[in-house]
Amino acid sequence: MGSTQLPTPGTDGTVAEVPTAGAVSGEPAAEMVQLLGPDGKLGTDPVFSDYAKRIEPEQLRRFYTDMAKIRRFDQEATALQRQGELALWVPLTGQEGAQIGSGHASQPQDYIFPTYREHGVALVRNVDLADLLRQFRGISNGGWDPRENNFHLYTLVLAAQTPHAVGYAMGIQRDQKFAEASGSTEPKAAVMAYFGDGASSEGDVHESMVFAASYNAPVVFFCQNNHWAISVPSSVQTKIPLANRAKGYGFPGIRVDGNDVIAVHAVTEWALEHAREGRGPVLIEAYTYRVGAHTTADDPTKYRESAEETAWRGKDPLDRLEKYLRAEGLADDTFFEQVKVDGDELAAQVRATTLSLEVPDIRSSFANVYAEKHPLVDEELAWFEEYSAGFESDAEAAN
Amino acid sequence: MTTMTIAKAINEGLRATLKNNPKSLLMGEDIGPLGGVYRVTDGLIKEFGEHRVVDTPLAESGIVGTAIGLALRGYSPVCEIQFDGFVFPAFNQITTQLAKIHSRTNGRCTVPVVIRIPYGGGIGSIEHHSESPEALFAHTAGLRIISPSNAHDAYWMIQQAVECQDPVIFFEPKRRYWLKGEVDVENPGPSSDPFQAHTVREGSDATIVAYGPLVPVALAAANAAAEDGHSIEVIDLRSISPIDFDTVEASVKKTGRLIVAHEAPTFGGIGGEIAARISERAFLHLEAPVIRVGGFHMPYPVAKVEEDYLPDIDKILEALDRSLAY
Repeated sequence: MGSTQLPTPGTDGTVAEVPTAGAVSGEPAAEMVQLLGPDGKLGTDPVFSDYAKRIEPEQLRRFYTDMAKIRRFDQEATALQRQGELALWVPLTGQEGAQIGSGHASQPQDYIFPTYREHGVALVRNVDLADLLRQFRGISNGGWDPRENNFHLYTLVLAAQTPHAVGYAMGIQRDQKFAEASGSTEPKAAVMAYFGDGASSEGDVHESMVFAASYNAPVVFFCQNNHWAISVPSSVQTKIPLANRAKGYGFPGIRVDGNDVIAVHAVTEWALEHAREGRGPVLIEAYTYRVGAHTTADDPTKYRESAEETAWRGKDPLDRLEKYLRAEGLADDTFFEQVKVDGDELAAQVRATTLSLEVPDIRSSFANVYAEKHPLVDEELAWFEEYSAGFESDAEAAN
Repeated sequence: MTTMTIAKAINEGLRATLKNNPKSLLMGEDIGPLGGVYRVTDGLIKEFGEHRVVDTPLAESGIVGTAIGLALRGYSPVCEIQFDGFVFPAFNQITTQLAKIHSRTNGRCTVPVVIRIPYGGGIGSIEHHSESPEALFAHTAGLRIISPSNAHDAYWMIQQAVECQDPVIFFEPKRRYWLKGEVDVENPGPSSDPFQAHTVREGSDATIVAYGPLVPVALAAANAAAEDGHSIEVIDLRSISPIDFDTVEASVKKTGRLIVAHEAPTFGGIGGEIAARISERAFLHLEAPVIRVGGFHMPYPVAKVEEDYLPDIDKILEALDRSLAY
């Protein structure tokens, strides 16, 4: 640790720095990494094409399947909210490429700190999608065991999870020292912290990046720039491409076309390898678009032009991969029809499971306020039991 | 048994923790070669290295936030916040994150983070260096808050705070850092439970409850009252959340009168909570209303007038007079 271990930006020569000169907010940086264009044609990149070549056809089909699944799930969750079954929903439509591409680049030993829109990453990390709905249904403040799939709970306070990610990465560094001392050959791990362009304005993101740089922590900051922080455009959050901010902290920043699942996968795989190998943090800005509302509580027609949405629909991450798979003969009508059927089945399952989720007894809330015994909690629970018993005895008397 | 200051006792307690718990580590601004602004971590980086005693960037939210991440990975971080008034940049991480992770994960994840905060006035310092924000944290479920008033407690309570699987805020009475006392490093004795109050002076006419920096003041007031023929019991609360109401209640049932003294503003403070609880538990035993002695409803005043702000012997005696007059 200390200044002697500070990474020197650009010295590894593997990634071109994202230029700042002349960059205008809201427009892609000149060197945004893109492999699969909206026309479905695969381009090349001096660094990341090599990573893209590692992706087998089966994995490409999996990317498509997962993007389609999570979009279908998103529609179902939105419908559940409209029907009064969820208090709120946070749609992801439009961001499937960023999430499925980055999620699939992670390995099981990596730990993920999501914000609250990472349903696609959750799918890739094998979180039960019905569990994602517990929080939005008002029956849990979490929903799953974060340790089962190394996928942390959603965090609603913007950016609060980013320092957690850095601290966890600092823990990994220490664990590796313990492991080396004991001769263990555990696979090296890294951490990914997801946040949005709106959250990038929070102080915690800045402090996280300072800490990550200071300790050369194995963390990848994955910013999904979906262009809108509820109703505030990204031009209010930043005057330069967000990826360029990494330069100020002393580590690489890469802007990638977030609607290009292949490029996102390649870039994230590079970044995670970089972090796991002890070369320090990386910031990825996935340049994407939230096609729908921020949540089911807002109305995008009040704050943005429909022409903007239309333009972004033309860059849809599913459409372009479908074009590519068809053109390359890697998938046909049967495949796409099956994906649709599977998506409908998944949606039906999630709906059925969600509706059957049981409302917990408030006693379970008493149970976990503290890890160790606490007299005030015990006292209040005892009072609640006595109070509740009073209603039961009243009911018995009435009978 | 050995004699040391409170600052040294915390230093020795941290040393014992670092020795005994390989997953423990210290983090904070200037805690490395400098040994902290109060030298509480003096010499520890030399002994344990920079991976165990981490000099951090100047960012309180970053310190607590990364400590949470380390705890999620299985570590036991002890954060130092340099002064009471500087904890607020970390308030969000402490109250919205640290306090709630055990609950949010249905008990699957524990976050045994300790946050050390030198607090309170009486050192003639400038703005933001003399505050007592304990009530702001005590109001948040999921946190434990303790404050030692003597060297023996300081040595043991910091170690117990690290061992506790819940987040603990450890308020250190900075104006008592140089108060010497005997420490039994072999045996915690009655200090084995950090969440239990101690009766530090027996009496029968009234009870004074205090914690941290005001315990010596309460004892001095009780001694002064004794010269006037009053027998005053003094309780060192030690734990601000949870509060050991059983010990306070038992004392009040014996003496019939209660004074609560703390440096924090009286309004909305811990004293009000104690007064309300004791009124519920021992109303018929009270000979007088519970009287609170605390700070005024103002930002902590400039150092040149802080003596008029802080509870002192005379203010506690005045409260005793009022109580005994009923």
